[in-house]
Amino acid sequence: MTGSPTDWIDIGALGDIPRRGSRVVKTAMGCVAVFRTGADEVFALENRCPHKGGPLSEGIVHGTSVTCPLHNWVFSLDSGQAQGADKGTVPTYPARIEAGRVLLDTTFLQARMAAE
Amino acid sequence: MTQKLVVIGAGMASGRALEQLLDAAPDAYEVTLINAEPRGNYNRIMLSPVLSGEKTYDEIVTHDDAWYAERGVTCRFGEAVSALDRDAKTVTLAGGDTLSYDKLLFGTGSNPFMIPLPGHDLEGVIAYRDLEDTERMMALGPDNRCVVIGGGLLGLEAAAGMAARGVDVTVIHIMGHLMERQLDEAAGYLLRKALIDKGITVKCSANSKEILGENGHVKALLLDDGTELPCDLLVMAVGIRPNVQLAKDAGLAVGKGIHVDDQMITSDPDVLAVGECVEHNGAIFGLVAPLYDQAKVVAKTLLGEDATFVQKSLSTKLKVTGCDLFSAGDFADGEGREDIVFRDPARGVYKRLVLENDRVVGAVFYGDTADSNWFFGLIQSGEDISEMRDTLIFGPAYQGGAALDPMAAVAALPLDAEICGCNGVSKGDIVAAINGGATDLGAVRALTKASSSCGTCTGLVEQVLGVTLGDDFVLPAAASICGCTDLTHEDVRRMIKSRELKSMAAVWQELGWKTTCGCHVCRPALNFYLLADWPLDYLDDPQSRFINERRHANIQKDGTYSVVPRMWGGMTTPDELRAIADAAEKYNVPTVHVTGGQRIDLLGVRGEDLPAIWRDLNAAGMVSGHAYAKGLRTVKTCVGKDHCRFGTQDSTGLGIQLEKKLWGSWTPHKVKLGVSGCPRNCAEATCKDIGVICVDSGFQIGVAGAAGMDVKETERLADVTTEAEAIDMITAFMQLYRENAKYLDRPYKWVAKVGLDWVKEQVFDPETRAGLIARFELSQTIYQKDPWAEEAAKNADVYQPIADFKLEAAE
Repeated sequence: MTGSPTDWIDIGALGDIPRRGSRVVKTAMGCVAVFRTGADEVFALENRCPHKGGPLSEGIVHGTSVTCPLHNWVFSLDSGQAQGADKGTVPTYPARIEAGRVLLDTTFLQARMAAE
Repeated sequence: MTQKLVVIGAGMASGRALEQLLDAAPDAYEVTLINAEPRGNYNRIMLSPVLSGEKTYDEIVTHDDAWYAERGVTCRFGEAVSALDRDAKTVTLAGGDTLSYDKLLFGTGSNPFMIPLPGHDLEGVIAYRDLEDTERMMALGPDNRCVVIGGGLLGLEAAAGMAARGVDVTVIHIMGHLMERQLDEAAGYLLRKALIDKGITVKCSANSKEILGENGHVKALLLDDGTELPCDLLVMAVGIRPNVQLAKDAGLAVGKGIHVDDQMITSDPDVLAVGECVEHNGAIFGLVAPLYDQAKVVAKTLLGEDATFVQKSLSTKLKVTGCDLFSAGDFADGEGREDIVFRDPARGVYKRLVLENDRVVGAVFYGDTADSNWFFGLIQSGEDISEMRDTLIFGPAYQGGAALDPMAAVAALPLDAEICGCNGVSKGDIVAAINGGATDLGAVRALTKASSSCGTCTGLVEQVLGVTLGDDFVLPAAASICGCTDLTHEDVRRMIKSRELKSMAAVWQELGWKTTCGCHVCRPALNFYLLADWPLDYLDDPQSRFINERRHANIQKDGTYSVVPRMWGGMTTPDELRAIADAAEKYNVPTVHVTGGQRIDLLGVRGEDLPAIWRDLNAAGMVSGHAYAKGLRTVKTCVGKDHCRFGTQDSTGLGIQLEKKLWGSWTPHKVKLGVSGCPRNCAEATCKDIGVICVDSGFQIGVAGAAGMDVKETERLADVTTEAEAIDMITAFMQLYRENAKYLDRPYKWVAKVGLDWVKEQVFDPETRAGLIARFELSQTIYQKDPWAEEAAKNADVYQPIADFKLEAAE
């Protein structure tokens, strides 16, 4: 399957994601965590902490950051970079909101689906 | 040869004198300390923070019973001196006892001046001098009105303290602006504005005419212009007069105060005097710094060493939270005097320097007092400032165009700059203490006394520590909750209660949080404090809980979870075991482990399967074991007299009752109980947070044990005779812990901080205990519920992915 880089896929309603929380999108290549901040922005990140693989979707969300539940590394939702003294980056993916629905960029999703 | 020293008056000056004397020569004198107030030495200056609720009385006591006992000081508190016979060298107490002395020290302090207005002796007209006065003011609340006569330092602190408690306060001041001794009119105006913002009514140029009463109690103050100000309490804070009657009657030389020479000796060579009761070279004293200097001289004189009391220039700081005010020197207008004024009314900043012959002779700062010590140094040194005249008002950071650095001002201070005015401690004294090994505020305070009196120089002392130690010193950001605030856990807990903050947004807003929504450190703490203090008003926020509490299961290193159903008191049945085994097989649970808390742990459950496994366990009658919670974990038991030949009571029965009562409650950290059927203690109750040992005569309740990283035996809280009493005592202890401890302090850490004696006081008092139990039970009406059942019923979809493309790809 092919699609232009600006194709988006609807993965659910914004209201289905807890505010200052996250829901997970499952793909064949692992999970993507979709975060909703207190200001109702959305961000999509690989649901895997570069430290020891912890599920970032289960962390406490504050401002535009999330703290990994396993060992408290803090990541910027915008850039995926670890904050403070920790070094590491989480892949981030384009996400947006349209009419109360959360949309993710199809390009990377389809790449994940295609890889078996 | 040990001489007898009798001290009349246990105020701050005599306290410091005794400290200096007994530290230098513990055996030179046998000391008897007499005090008309029924207590020992305390820091009277800190009555204002006690009034406003920022401190407790216990925190301001400077010398406790142990201190006197260790030094062999005989204490006669609550007794007044009725007569002094200087020929016989005896002192007679009001009760009739007579004490003889070799040396006598007067520390009788001052009496507050009570204006002889008609009605001044009505009930409800008080001064502001001692703890009793403070407690009268603290008894008022939002339904009361109070009038304070006197807009000076003390009157304003009284007004601000009561306003902080919600009282409707009016300040009456005879002069045209407030604090006219320290402030000029412009600074007085800014101060007035700040007080009005605090809800205090201010009337200057107001003359009191009469105090009106009803049934012997004050009801209003009548002013000259006919205005009537109704009030429930009237406080006079219009000045103090040295308390000299006893000295006068005994024939000592007395003017405005008891005359003393440079060695603090009165007209009688065996009688000394110190503090507010003295007059030295025509001057009397109302601020603490010179009293401490006098105290040093008294100690030396009593030991036969040379010492001279010298009066120095003074500065004052107003101890009203939110009103930053500093004044020093002489700032009256005059011939040959010039002013430099910096004014920024929108920011509430006013700075005025008074110069004479190119020297700074006076300074008044309101709103920005950061550089006050540097300017005070210029006043004391009297150095020529003509070179820096054009940038002088901007402070030390701007002399020579240096870049603005908050620590630069402190680094630039010379070693003889005074840091702590109350105790006369210079920067050099502090640096010497630091170089001698003092590496934190507590150590500096203990060694030098800096910041141990009024406390306003604390920030400055910390900056000196920072400048001297460099990277080795961490300014106490460590003491605050996290980077979102400078406040400590204790501050925030207290204000959540006193300011009735019932939501996180209220806390962030009212307490000035630096971030928009906290962080992973403070949000869980705040969530707990709010639900503990306001169970009916605050809505628990799952997004502010750690993963384990949000998912009601313990997350493991691979992202799977452990599920632990509750086994009340460690008892189970074949049906329960079958249900657990069935669930383990159905959900392919890789590991089944028996825990130390006497129950079974299913490890490796996938997050998506949690609601389903819960439903199955619920169907078998089991509920969440809260193995993941900062809450009640387990009540470990050994079988008692139901089976065991040594059992004295039904330990398992009691354990189950306790677990049924306490489960579901959230606590500052996990709580583990144990109940053993006899002193052989097979349930290991003596290392639990709360542990019960059953004995023939009843139940021994211990608390504050530990068996994790720290190992500690429980301390005995109480012995009771019935199960009902045991359950009550333990419930009250739980609630006391919930309401007062710092988040993440286990009970043993909390009890170490507050003291077991205080805990006992609370839970032994029938009324307090009943209140604690009632509040616990109220909280349980909200929070005692099985989260598994609730989640499985209402929230199951949140455990599933929002979208699953693995399935779609397969199509």
